[in-house]
Amino acid sequence: MSDFLAQQEPVIPDFGEGSDCVVENRLFCPDWVRDNWSTVLQPALIEHVKLTLIAVAIGFVLAFAAALFAHRYRLFETPFTVFSAVVYTIPSLALFQLLVPVTGLTVTTVEVALVGYTLLILFRNTLEGLRSVPPDVLEAARGMGYTRSQTLWRVELPLAVPAMIAGLRVAIVSTIALATVAALVIPEGLGYPIFLALREAFKTEIIVAGGLAVGMALLADGLLVLVERALTPWARARRTA
Amino acid sequence: MSGAAAEIVFDHVTKRYPGRPEPAVRDLTLTVPEGAICCLVGPSGAGKTTAMKMVNRLIDITEGDIRIGERSVRSLDVTELRRGIGYVIQQVGLFPHMTVADNVATVPRLLAWPKGRIRQRSDELLDLVDLPAVDYRDRFPAQLSGGERQRVGLARALAADPPVMLMDEPFGAVDPITRNRLQQELLRIQNELRKTIIFVTHDIDEAILLADRIAILREGGVLAQYDAPDAILARPADEFVERFLGSDRGLKLLSLRRLDELELAPLDGHDGPRAPGSTTLRDALSLMVTAGSRSLVVVDEDGRPKGVVELDALAEIT
Repeated sequence: MSDFLAQQEPVIPDFGEGSDCVVENRLFCPDWVRDNWSTVLQPALIEHVKLTLIAVAIGFVLAFAAALFAHRYRLFETPFTVFSAVVYTIPSLALFQLLVPVTGLTVTTVEVALVGYTLLILFRNTLEGLRSVPPDVLEAARGMGYTRSQTLWRVELPLAVPAMIAGLRVAIVSTIALATVAALVIPEGLGYPIFLALREAFKTEIIVAGGLAVGMALLADGLLVLVERALTPWARARRTA
Repeated sequence: MSGAAAEIVFDHVTKRYPGRPEPAVRDLTLTVPEGAICCLVGPSGAGKTTAMKMVNRLIDITEGDIRIGERSVRSLDVTELRRGIGYVIQQVGLFPHMTVADNVATVPRLLAWPKGRIRQRSDELLDLVDLPAVDYRDRFPAQLSGGERQRVGLARALAADPPVMLMDEPFGAVDPITRNRLQQELLRIQNELRKTIIFVTHDIDEAILLADRIAILREGGVLAQYDAPDAILARPADEFVERFLGSDRGLKLLSLRRLDELELAPLDGHDGPRAPGSTTLRDALSLMVTAGSRSLVVVDEDGRPKGVVELDALAEIT
């Protein structure tokens, strides 16, 4: 009798051992994080970094080119500002919905949207930076025989660096936050574990993925501050003068 | 175009701006001799700065021509022309993101001098404008006082050893004490370098102090008088110039001469305040007035009396 019972298949399949924490569904379970780091969290983090970097890099190149163009040809400023401001105001969910029929459930859809949101801030800041050069500095440059492009590359752009980096800091932090929504379109990034966990009562996944996004944003912001310090020793001289 | 000074010739130069009936500069003809400081003075709207900026073509000439050492400024490539002319402005316009040494090296870098020579040259110039290179070369403009900035501006303009310098109210924004030091400094440097300098100022006293020639412009960009400072003070061309010089014109004239230049009367028991021969006649007059004396004893370096100047002699100076 007892032999018979022992030979039966278990009624409940064996899913392995859940820790007490997971079993009891406490707010935060370090065990779960350790068990799922290499399979879930780390890949999501790497994807998130990629999504963000690609978006900010492309956005920066486009906005930079547009700002140089608008700096040279003032007429171009308003159309580009209006365009990038309109893009900026579209709710991200709506923008994804608009793009899916065109570019499908792909990374492209996500990147187009993320790039779109960086344009306004990067364009405005770069242009303001270029225009912030004092008129006497420009006159001196001209009077000493700088050509127009020498003035741009050797005077205007270096002096625009603080404004450009201020723009990049905002752009990168907001892109990191926004890229979590990409999970609606593709199963990538830190948004994906959050997205899945939304359907469950289990909170650890949301907390960790969200925490990683916040940490990533803080780190990126800090790195840009360091980059700015390295590129603009003169700006610090002004503060200590 | 570097090294020795060159004559600057304004040849019937007129500047008209589109949409404005009156020219900003009207038929200006004058010659600044090699190695001279020419001050352009006049009320605002008289076209001083416009006239100056046509030399390095920051403003285009409408009619006429400007020649530097026989070559028309129009015949040269504009950036080349500018690199060959020192340029100093009131707000200095130092590049805030560059060190003092890099600021000074601006034009030599544009001219692609070798690195070693550039470094040597900017150190040399900082020393020349009395900013020891060791202390100053690595600072940023934000770390300098107004007077120091203007010195760096001057060093920057001199960097490629241009024969010609344009200075647009360079000392207009600094305090009077610093201004006076900078003026003396400029005279000392000019004594050494002998550049041909066009110097715009609205301060007639500054012009009298610095200039070998003064060009007084009136509203509408018309040249009212062009001459040496003492000649202008002694013989103003018209009422406008007279008014512009001010009612203390006589004192200004006295400030241009020194006791050394006068023939001294014998001592003959005369008495009065004592002053060395380097004293200006203006200060000598002041000494006589404050001492209530009609004569003044001129002394040599050791304080020994050399002779006497009488009040009457000052009155006949013109």
